[in-house]
Amino acid sequence: MLPRHAPSHLDALESEAVHIFREVAGEFERPVILFSGGKDSIVMLHLALKAFAPAPVPFSLLHVDTGHNFPEVLDYRDRVVAAHGLRLHVASVQDYIDRGVLRERPDGTRNPLQTVPLTEKIQAERFDAVFGGGRRDEEKARAKERVFSLRDEFSQWDPRRQRPELWNLYNGRHAPGEHVRVFPLSNWTELDVWQYIAREGIELPEIYFAHEREVFQRAGMWLTAGEWGGPKKTETVETRLVRYRTVGDMSCTGAVDSDAVTLDQVIAEIAASRLTERGATRADDKMSEAAMEDRKREGYF
Amino acid sequence: MTSTTVDTLRFATAGSVDDGKSTLVGRLLHDSKSVLTDQLEAVEHASRNRGQDTPDLALLTDGLRAEREQGITIDVAYRYFATARRRFILADTPGHVQYTRNMVTGASTAELAIILVDARNGVVEQTRRHAAIAALLRVPHVVLAVNKMDLVGYEEKEFERIVEDFAGHAAELDLPGFTPIPVSALAGDNVVDRSTRMDWYEGPALLRHLESVPVGGDRSGEPARFPVQYVIRHAEIRHYAGQLVSGTLRVGDRVTVHPSGGTSAITGIDVLGEDAREAYAPQSLTLRLADQRDVSRGDMITTGADVPALTRDVRAAVCHLADRPLRVGDRVLVRHTTRTVKAIVKDLAGAAELAANDLGRITLRTAEPLALDDYADSRRTGAFILVDPADGATLTAGMVDLGEPRSPA
Repeated sequence: MLPRHAPSHLDALESEAVHIFREVAGEFERPVILFSGGKDSIVMLHLALKAFAPAPVPFSLLHVDTGHNFPEVLDYRDRVVAAHGLRLHVASVQDYIDRGVLRERPDGTRNPLQTVPLTEKIQAERFDAVFGGGRRDEEKARAKERVFSLRDEFSQWDPRRQRPELWNLYNGRHAPGEHVRVFPLSNWTELDVWQYIAREGIELPEIYFAHEREVFQRAGMWLTAGEWGGPKKTETVETRLVRYRTVGDMSCTGAVDSDAVTLDQVIAEIAASRLTERGATRADDKMSEAAMEDRKREGYF
Repeated sequence: MTSTTVDTLRFATAGSVDDGKSTLVGRLLHDSKSVLTDQLEAVEHASRNRGQDTPDLALLTDGLRAEREQGITIDVAYRYFATARRRFILADTPGHVQYTRNMVTGASTAELAIILVDARNGVVEQTRRHAAIAALLRVPHVVLAVNKMDLVGYEEKEFERIVEDFAGHAAELDLPGFTPIPVSALAGDNVVDRSTRMDWYEGPALLRHLESVPVGGDRSGEPARFPVQYVIRHAEIRHYAGQLVSGTLRVGDRVTVHPSGGTSAITGIDVLGEDAREAYAPQSLTLRLADQRDVSRGDMITTGADVPALTRDVRAAVCHLADRPLRVGDRVLVRHTTRTVKAIVKDLAGAAELAANDLGRITLRTAEPLALDDYADSRRTGAFILVDPADGATLTAGMVDLGEPRSPA
């Protein structure tokens, strides 16, 4: 009898994610990784680098820039792209607003505006597989997502028409104009992502760790003061010790009070938290009971 | 909860409409304290909007608009939770007959299936179908959860009657065994905590059973199976990338490449960027071979004498998934491990066609040989899907049946 080789759960998740990356490399012509500079996309890129070592990652990156991104995150994005010699595509919400194609919402939130630049970029570049860092533990509509999720030429997601997905036989067949969204982190939880970051020693944008920041309160969340449209006259800016659990558009991504400055402290804080990361930090998910489902149907990631 | 050494149980739930499956799952999540404050607030809010005074736990899982409108589960949802003992990945699958394919989806990766019945209705046609799918997909553990015990007065004889009935069907289906548990998802009896209202039941509550059932068989001692996913060429060297499905590979091992039958030796193993002397299932890795031979995506690398059957005539048990029927003479694509080949449907065990959600038997003739294992030996190298060459739709789930026991090569 051989000794028992039980992989740790992080090893098992890593092995599964790498398998998914390699399936896409083997089956598709023009894959791209959605890269926001947030922790999930950073972990995705790290896994892709491992999956194809010693060769470079055979995919380019795509960032949907809302125009209201955290400067620290854009700086991180550019450093990573340069360090690994990657090609970065940018779909810019600001461009669409400047051209009059998209209109600023009254609440200044740009997250819902990302869908059109994203889907048009996918069509223009003829990407046939688009990796997203979405995890099924994030949100109840995401809990229904397949690992390989077929989208029509309008990038629409129809939960009733999803392909059955059996064993690990991912079916990436698609017609011209259609594409497949691929979620290698489907089976990861927020805690898994942080534990993996700690194990692998992956660098993150500094906004994930506690720092002093000028913020103001809106709808129960601490938002960063800035040119995007906050604070209003009735809202007061104060300096607080905060960090971010997610990275997104500044207008709808809230900071949480925290003194966690190391990965171990962050992990301890998340393990003890009674709020989900989206519940704690995402205003756009609170717009309605099915906000995420509605955006996904339209082609959101 | 932060420990990285605890193991993971993947399990699936199945039940007919109105058996209270979503409520059971909601109760499991809620009572194991896996629901966070904001999720519970959202459910309380939505329940109030519907005029209910207690939170409807089914709303924790029925997340789509149509599901909430109709009060049914449409598609598989995956849930993640953990206790001090174990991590769980739950495939919450719909029970309605038109969504049977979703139970097949959930069961294909599950090590345990919970089949839910309503204590008032007992075993119904859908229960038998769910048991058949669990048996066909060889889900190692089955739980028969007899729900709504509160509506039959928590009576032992009601429970026993259903268990006996189910046991009869299980024997016919060759289901290896099952664990019956009487529960009330609505009242919380025997879901997370042992109920005080059913003194006659001596077994564990559902969660305790889920925590203690043995999982994750170590596959490193089985014959080696390495489907090649992708060839990485770097500095004139070819690295064969894939996930080791079963077995152990060591530098120096002699290997056979299927279907060509060529042989070589392993000269190097990289486990995700780290040089290794040996590798174990289910690691993802890359191999280097002594000969710069023509190995590509779709090939299967094995070691030792226990090799897969190489054949163009594939016999299998199937579950048909698509709305369009499968007929004798249909031209399809077979997707087996990393290999996709053309095939013709030769026989459907006498049936003229298989309709959506039908279980049946099939014989295929493939354009190129496949390296197959019996599904009973491997849920990975013994499984395939049929794909429609016209539009790429996934048509059918297949479980290889090699028939005669093979003699050692």
